[in-house]
Amino acid sequence: MTNILVKEKSIVVPGEVLAEGMDYLPGFGTYRDNNKIITSRLGIIIVDGRALKIIPVTGSYNPKQHDTIIGKVVDVTMSGWRINTNSAYTAMLMLKDGSSEYIARGADLTSYYNLDDYVVCKIIKMTSQRLIDLTMKGPGLKKLTGGRIINVNPYKVPRIIGKQGSMVTMIKSATGCQIIVGQNGRIWLNGSPEEEALAVQTLKKIESESHHKGLTDKIKIYLEKKTGKKIEQIDNRNQEQGDSNQKFAKPSQEFKGERK
Amino acid sequence: MSYDKRHDGRKDNEMRPIEAKTGVIPNAVGSAYFKIGNTEAYAAVYGPRDLYPRFLQDPAKGLLRCNYNMMPFSGMGNRVRPGTNRRSKEISMVTKNALNPVVDLHEFPNAVVDVFIELPQTDAGSRCAGICAASMALADAGIQMKDLVAAISVGRVDNKIVVDLDYKEEAYDGPVADIPIAMVPSTGEITLLQMDGEVSKKQLMEGLELAKEALAEISEIQKKALKDKYNVVGEKK
Repeated sequence: MTNILVKEKSIVVPGEVLAEGMDYLPGFGTYRDNNKIITSRLGIIIVDGRALKIIPVTGSYNPKQHDTIIGKVVDVTMSGWRINTNSAYTAMLMLKDGSSEYIARGADLTSYYNLDDYVVCKIIKMTSQRLIDLTMKGPGLKKLTGGRIINVNPYKVPRIIGKQGSMVTMIKSATGCQIIVGQNGRIWLNGSPEEEALAVQTLKKIESESHHKGLTDKIKIYLEKKTGKKIEQIDNRNQEQGDSNQKFAKPSQEFKGERK
Repeated sequence: MSYDKRHDGRKDNEMRPIEAKTGVIPNAVGSAYFKIGNTEAYAAVYGPRDLYPRFLQDPAKGLLRCNYNMMPFSGMGNRVRPGTNRRSKEISMVTKNALNPVVDLHEFPNAVVDVFIELPQTDAGSRCAGICAASMALADAGIQMKDLVAAISVGRVDNKIVVDLDYKEEAYDGPVADIPIAMVPSTGEITLLQMDGEVSKKQLMEGLELAKEALAEISEIQKKALKDKYNVVGEKK
């Protein structure tokens, strides 16, 4: 007889017994010990059909294929650039993936991306030993100039982006900042100092309250109070109308990074 | 005069009051605070991050590195000379060995997870407090682990078997044995067992039984502390 011993969507800690019996399967962040399913990560428990899985809430960034991240150039080599990914592993941006324009052989690579430059890039491949290949070819992938970078917990990035980008779109229109969110927890902001300060405050608020319910509404009220302007309910279908700077429509399922 | 009654009025199987918190160091990926009586331990976890020198790298799995440090003012009046010494090196090593059986670093080849344990105040049982704090901090850092490790010291003071000795008891004028124990509560696996002093086999077994009960209690406190960070007061998740 199987029964789940914890409440769904509650916080579970390593070593906690989730279920007994063979009817459920251990998913991500859990393991089976005889007839028990036990947590192996701090996170929120989700029952997905027959599988029990954990959505982690803390940790440093763990690179994944197809993630759009904000990287920092740490080395320029013969064949490309070495990029810091805000994780334990640096990534390689090869010459052929370096830009959508043609880069001649023997060209000065620092004229494209120099040391300490920040770039929006996408992970195209990762091996078991965490050798990472990046690309800069694609919509929204570019070198970042101006603005500022802040770091947030990478596991809170989905809350910052919101459903179909609703949260970040709201912050963008309320503050007037340009914002790009990388999956690795780096966020780029560009606007006037006051706009940037408000956006940073809002992002930090989201980060610290990310596990509350009805967060988007809360942030909406917060932004309305701070800016003194009324914010219309965000509707993604009409996103382009209200925001003339918006170059790209809604972020696709595959393209998780937010951009403007 | 024999030691019939504990000097602070505790029962034989009673620990000093425990306080535990997580997320106390914002800069760290994961952190925890563990206080038992007057012994306080802070643990901070950094990483996974890249590991140098390169010969230390293991392409099969990540490395766990622990660092135990008593602060200069943490002792009983005398200044503890800062920096590593033979004692802290050994404790760092046994802490690592106590935690390694539960953490799984296969996700992080060639990388390292650093655990720093700092003790601002000590009153015996510091390696146990350090291990308790470190295992909470590792969980808070999102590291994959089988279970949390709990640790406590038991021992013999004169002819009494007691749990969680403080400094006064360790320094008792008579036969004393101090046995720090770390255990994985769910499996009963012992990951640290040291001894200083003299005990009979019977006394040791008696002490282990006391430790088991105490460790189950500590484990609950650790789990609660980890959950408390996310369960905001006045709001039901």
